[in-house]
Amino acid sequence: MDNSLYAIEVEKLTKIYGKGGSAVTALADASLQVKAGELVAILGPSGSGKTTLLTAIGLINEPTHGRVIIDGTVVADAGWLPGIDLKRLRREKLGFIFQAHNLIPFLTARENVMIALEINKLSRNVAKARATELLTALNLAHRLNSYPSALSGGEAQRVAIARALANKPKVILADEPTAALDTENGTNVMVLLKKLAHENHSAIVVVTHDQRMVDGFDRIFHVNDGRMNSELCKIPSAQSNGS
Amino acid sequence: MNLALRDIRYHRGRFILTSIGLGLLLGVVISMGGIYRGLFADALAVLSSTKADIWVVQQNTNGPFAESSRIPEDITYRIRAVPGVSEASPLSFQTIQIDKRAKPYRFFLIGYDLNGFGGPPEIITGRGIGQKHYEMVVAAAMGMAIGEKLHLGLHDYTVVGITGKVVSSGGDPVAYVTLSDAQDIQFKKDNSAIRNDRERLGANLDALRSIPPGQAKYLKQNISTITESTHTVNTIVARLAPGADLADVQARINRWNHYRPLSVAEQTRILTKGMIEKARMQLGLFRAILLVISAVIIALIIYTSTLDKIKVIATLKLIGSPNRVIVGMILQQSLLMGVIAYLIGYGLILLTYENFPRRIVLEDVDLQVLFVIVMGICTLSSCVGIRKALRVEPAEALGG
Repeated sequence: MDNSLYAIEVEKLTKIYGKGGSAVTALADASLQVKAGELVAILGPSGSGKTTLLTAIGLINEPTHGRVIIDGTVVADAGWLPGIDLKRLRREKLGFIFQAHNLIPFLTARENVMIALEINKLSRNVAKARATELLTALNLAHRLNSYPSALSGGEAQRVAIARALANKPKVILADEPTAALDTENGTNVMVLLKKLAHENHSAIVVVTHDQRMVDGFDRIFHVNDGRMNSELCKIPSAQSNGS
Repeated sequence: MNLALRDIRYHRGRFILTSIGLGLLLGVVISMGGIYRGLFADALAVLSSTKADIWVVQQNTNGPFAESSRIPEDITYRIRAVPGVSEASPLSFQTIQIDKRAKPYRFFLIGYDLNGFGGPPEIITGRGIGQKHYEMVVAAAMGMAIGEKLHLGLHDYTVVGITGKVVSSGGDPVAYVTLSDAQDIQFKKDNSAIRNDRERLGANLDALRSIPPGQAKYLKQNISTITESTHTVNTIVARLAPGADLADVQARINRWNHYRPLSVAEQTRILTKGMIEKARMQLGLFRAILLVISAVIIALIIYTSTLDKIKVIATLKLIGSPNRVIVGMILQQSLLMGVIAYLIGYGLILLTYENFPRRIVLEDVDLQVLFVIVMGICTLSSCVGIRKALRVEPAEALGG
């Protein structure tokens, strides 16, 4: 298989916290490949290691062993590779969506999107135009100047999605994006993520234990006790689509 | 995008209240600096308003302000005759406290020669003293009106003029009378006291067996002329002729043995280094303590504000924000708080300093130095928040 097809490649990833007798293996030999345009779920109970996997892919948590490759760039091989600018990679290649949307409370909806663009050195005017365009596309044109405290849960999560998409990242990582939403809003968010994955050709990895939402994913990986069960990684709809 | 301004805009109520609190504190710091400068101005007010070059005082004293000094009035004529002296004038000083309208009323009385100098530097209302007795000119701070009378010593004195802001080194407002009136107020006794003194001295003379009775009787008859003389002053001030050498004139007066000619520089040193040094140190200590308190408050505010923003900072880090964006946000907020608090404190003192019981002198250089110190404190204080912010892990943005 041509490696360049994959936006994310994780090979035998292991994360051990602590040393000696007190060492705890949070993740052991996890492997995963996600193509651009795929919407993938990582399911597992609390403490199973799914967030550890997400933070390793998100270049936040340094792996103890194994490789992480983002958009063809090897970023970790038994630890971060020297010379890798993790912040720049996160800024340019990754987008993040959080359980509690994590919008900056003192910025308006539009400014929350603009900040991601301005951090990536886009001019203020360009950032403003792009933020307006994104929020309008997500049916939030009437909420451009609203503060997060004035937004509903669904609206806030859509603003967070717009912020994640702002720099057109190759990879979007979502941590429990529907956990704080009701079924209707949660379903809407999942539909939106799937649409964005396909339209923007982004790989989207969603960590969730929200069983209500599993139908929308192209593939599902299960993590339990730090081990990824590859036998359960495919779902019929993804196979039937030939993904 | 300026995150510091956006945060302040959103939390403007909290920010303004905090800045007002800090502003009040800085106002106290500014006022203490002003009081310190005011002490200087007060201490030197009489010295500078007299416009003398030499102050002749009793030998081995630091008079007339820091120490008691008594010299005969007629020395004025000898000083006038010194080569290089253009004019000399006797001055008498005394602090007076009386009860007026059932309240203590304290002022500094200067007696001056109407034909000399050392009188009121300016007359704001009314006129200067025009007759030899029973008229006075008072500083505006005494709160007296033209025509008002004040009983001092044995007589009533009428206010004929109001002068500006002249105070003694102790901060008491100054009143001027003629030298002879000042000497009367200071030395002249009422009739019963005079009779009592004569009897007491007479009895002493009678008891002196070494004096023949005839001589004792003669002395007894003339003792009042000797003991009741009021022609004593505290200092004689002199001005130099153009081109005269101060050191030469001082050396000449020094040779007389009984007097000490102090230059204005020496008198200034005595007043500032001696008289107000402790007050200066006390005020300096208070200012330092208040600045430390301000620093602690700013540090706490910034630290608490940083703690409130841990998730925001983690999110910013997660989306790839460089550290300078986060450092800038905290530092700018701290500096802005310092600037606003400083302006509030400055504005407050500017509006109220005239009403302070002691003189407040706001010097530009003091205000500028304090501003720089406040900015330094804000920068240092923000380090606590910055340190915390830089330790925040991006992973803290994850989770509920």
